[in-house]
This record gives sequence, structure tokens and C-alpha cells, in this order.
Amino acid sequence: MDKLFEHPRSLRKVSTHYCAGCGHGIAHRLVAQAVDELGIREKIIAVAPVGCAVLAYDYWDFDCTEAAHGRALAVATAIKRVRPDNIVFTYQGDGDLAAIGTNETIHAANRGENLTVIFINNAVYGMTGGQMAPTTLAGQKTATTPRGRDVATQGYPLKISELVAQLPAVKYVERVSLINPGEVMKARKAVLTAFRNQIDKVGFSLVEILSPCPTYWGKSPQASMDWIKDTMTKEFPLGRIK
Amino acid sequence: MAEKRILMAGNEAIAEGAIQAGLDFYAGYPITPQNELTAYMAEHMQARGKVFIQAESELAAINMVFGASATGVRAMTSSSSPGISLKQEGISYMAGCRLPGVIVNMMRGGPGLGNISPSQSDYFQATKGGGHGDYRTIVLAPHSVQECYDMMFDSFDLADAYRVPVMILGDGMLGQMMEPVLFKTKTAVRKPLVEKPWALTGCAGRQANIIRSLLLKDGALEELNKELQATYAKIQKKEQRWEEMFVDDAQVIVVAYGIMARVAKNIVSSMRAKGVRIGLIRPITLWPFPVDAFISRRKSSLKYLVVEMSYGQMVEDVKLALECKSPVAFFGKAGGAVPEEKEIIKHIKALLHG
Repeated sequence: MDKLFEHPRSLRKVSTHYCAGCGHGIAHRLVAQAVDELGIREKIIAVAPVGCAVLAYDYWDFDCTEAAHGRALAVATAIKRVRPDNIVFTYQGDGDLAAIGTNETIHAANRGENLTVIFINNAVYGMTGGQMAPTTLAGQKTATTPRGRDVATQGYPLKISELVAQLPAVKYVERVSLINPGEVMKARKAVLTAFRNQIDKVGFSLVEILSPCPTYWGKSPQASMDWIKDTMTKEFPLGRIK
Repeated sequence: MAEKRILMAGNEAIAEGAIQAGLDFYAGYPITPQNELTAYMAEHMQARGKVFIQAESELAAINMVFGASATGVRAMTSSSSPGISLKQEGISYMAGCRLPGVIVNMMRGGPGLGNISPSQSDYFQATKGGGHGDYRTIVLAPHSVQECYDMMFDSFDLADAYRVPVMILGDGMLGQMMEPVLFKTKTAVRKPLVEKPWALTGCAGRQANIIRSLLLKDGALEELNKELQATYAKIQKKEQRWEEMFVDDAQVIVVAYGIMARVAKNIVSSMRAKGVRIGLIRPITLWPFPVDAFISRRKSSLKYLVVEMSYGQMVEDVKLALECKSPVAFFGKAGGAVPEEKEIIKHIKALLHG
């Protein structure tokens, strides 16, 4: 009998600390599966963010370092430059990658560092209690936008993937979601592509994953998936950006 | 082969010393008065098969050093005062993650943007931790261009041996001035590197390594802090470095480091030649502060004069080292002003005749 399903070697057998309906579990698994499928577990050096995924190294079973909030791509840049034969990736949330770390993100992308970036966009700061993120939608209520994000004073949702895609050294940018099995399979393919690009020395590759945060959206897991599908993707359209 | 002396600026001597000491990775960001150091790295690192990156900010530069160091290679950044303030976050993370690395601060006038003239006003920041959390960095203070070069070997060895960040604390004058430097012979340079089983290299044939300072489990962070404190205690015991001149029969001992020690040396030598019983203690490690240099010299009849290009920072450590058993006077200037020889001599004479 063929084995159709197994626990990824790169994923530790531990119970999750993420909230019910959180997208990080699926995204962690997609990364682990891609690493296994490409046979690169022993070459991986991962850079974890500050945010809900700060403990990503408790889930992945390969070499991993923390990075200060927003600095993951500076850390990853140096790792890849001194160890070009390793496969180096960052896993960052919207606050980490698109607010406090915007400078590191733009410049690592502009230098065309041969890195893989997994960018989790859930439109809030989850770890600290659901504050406004750079990607928070107009009108979206958060802990720091109790009457909804007012674009007149708080700006518009920041489309960092589209910004990064403008840079000549950036090779691959795709936005995916986790809203149903079909979309998860697309996300899986995108994550694989972003890693394969690094192996093939193609260059800077970023996958943005729209990910549910039922806790701070104040929605059930299913309603959160529906909100991504009906509302979030209007601001952040799915598909290949570059 | 005949000894070969090369005329270099302090900034260049630091860069060359670091490269010869096995530097693999350098990241920097432009700031005066240390730009010659970054330019030297840009010229020489890549040519010698090493990595040079001009970072997008001081924050990125120190975090690149963090990343490179996490893989086990020798990594370094340099800057001057305002830039070093920005790097404090990364230095704290390196201390928390037990990552070695070297940070050069060629101090300039502060606070704020200050100016680009030499200063010693970052002593507190360098020696008392600097960033958040309960940590120390080893701080080495060169006082000549030759010492700028020599100290780089020591700094990387110390960083690796204790898994701590090491800071070279110089100033704008030392960075800019030129003196002949004698390079070490190749055989003297080759030292066995410390094993780094903790480094991130890919987990082939071993369990995955994790570099982290986030420790949420009950008691785990306290354990890390205890480990750090034990390391710092060992460093304090074994790594105090200082130079002394004419201290044994001195009535007045001048205490100065870095470029001020250079000025003080001249004064002490010329006054000794005239029969004045004056001596000098030059701390070479600012942390650990060379307390041992003062222990046998704590007496009320022996006076001290601390001279700094600041309004009084190291003087606090001198007082602590002396446990208030000797009178300690201070003379210092900062913000672009440099204590002059005749002013220092005036203060010495006041102590001798006071």
C-alpha cells in the first residue's frame, strides 16, 4: 500500500501554541513539506521573526536563529553571504516585515539577495494583542483603531509585495491564501517555487500568505476564512505579482 | 625578511588587523570619523575572498554581524558614537544569544548628532552594557596606531573564547592619525580557532542548532543570566589589562586611557625627568576595569588624577577600584574640546602642592 500522508521530517512532533483557526500552523507545515520535498533539511538555516511566529524554531526541526524585530532580512543576508551553499529563509509577519523592518526588507530585495521570504499577512499584530498593522484594511477595527483604520490619518494598507516587486533584482513575488484546500495547494506550490529559486540561484523570492487571525479579528475560524476570501483579497489580490 | 613598517591611519590599522586576525564578514554604514575603516574593508575584504556589505543602516549592519556570527565566522562592524547608539539593540541580542563579534566605536562628540571631533564620552555606554538587559561587553582601548592593529587579534580571540561581543573603543583622533605599524609574521597570526559546535551550518549529522535569547519557560531566562554572570566573573578575574609607568614611588598617579593616555605619557615622562614623583596607570581593558592595578595602591597619601575627554565617566570606576581610600581628582573636557598638556600639568601641580 502506498503511503499517502505522513508527518514532515522537518516538523517536530509537538502540540501547537497557536490560537484555534490560526494560519501559522498550516504555513509552518507548508515550509516543512517544501524543505522535505526538496531534500534540503540539512542545508536549511531559518530566521524566525518577532511576532506570533517568534517560536517557529519550536516547530521546525532544522537550524534556526531568532532575529530582532524587523531585522530578519539583515540577519539572513549575512548568513547567506558567508554560507552560500546553505538554504536560508526568513519567516516574517506583516509588522515585522512591513513596518519595523521595511528598510531591511526593501534593501535586501534591492540587493537581490538569493533568499526565500515567507511573509505572513494577517492584517494585525497578533502577539501583542491585535493592534493595527501596516496591512490593516481601511475601516478595520483593531486594538489601536477602535473606530476602524482611518486612512486620512493612519494611511492605507501597505502593499509591500507590490512595492518589492518593483525592484529590478527581485525575481519572484506571489500572494496566496489558505482559505480552502485548493488555495493551500497553490500556496504549497508557491513556497516550493520560492525555495527552488534559491537552490537554482535565481534570486530574491517572496511569498505573501494571507493568513487568518480569528482571535483578533473577532471572528470564528470559518468566518475568518470567508473574510479573507470576500474582503481581504479585494485589497490584496491573489496570484503572481512578479 | 626585514621588518616592514607601514604608515597607516588608526582606522586602517584596525581594518588590516581585523582582516589578518581572520575576519570573514564586515558590514558598515558611513559615519565620520571612521569612514577610512569602511573604505579599507571595501577595498580589501572582497579581494581576499571575504564578505563586505555596505548596509542600509547601523541597525542592519549590526544585525548582519549577528547573522554572520551565528554561522561561526568572525564578524565585525564599525561606527562612531551616534551609530553605536543605533547598534545597541543588536549588541544586546548578541549578548543574549551568546554570539561573539567585534564592534569598533571611534568616538565623536555628543550627545545627539554632536560633532565629528574626538571624544571619550561613550565610556558609560560601552562599559556598563549599553543596550537593554544585564550584560557586558569586553571593551579594549588602544592608544596608538600599532595598538589598533595588535588589539584586533586579541579582540576576536576574546570574543570567541567567551562568546561575548567585544568593543574597541577609540576616538576620532586615533582613527585619523598616522603612525608606522609593524605587522605580525604569518606564523604569529595563525592561531587555532575555538570550536563552535553551536554555530548554524545546516544540521547534517547532528541535531538542529537554535540561536535564541527568547526564553519563556519558567526559570530559563534566569539560567541564561546566571551563565552570563559566571562568564563575566571569569572575564573580570582573568582578562584585566593595563599599562603602568613609574607607579611604585609615585605621589600622584595619572589615570587615562586611549588618546588621553598618550598625552598623559608625555607629561609623566617629562615631569619624571625633572624629578617629580608622578606615575601613570593606563587601563587597556575598560571592561573589565583593571581593578587589580589599584588594589595595592589604595592609600590616603597617594593622590590620583583622572583625565578624560569627557566630563567624568571612567573616574567613577577609578573611585570604585580605590574604594574611596585615596583622593581622586578629575580633569576633563568634551564636546570637541581636548584637555591640553599645560592644563593637565596645572592640575597635577595642584595635587602635588595641595
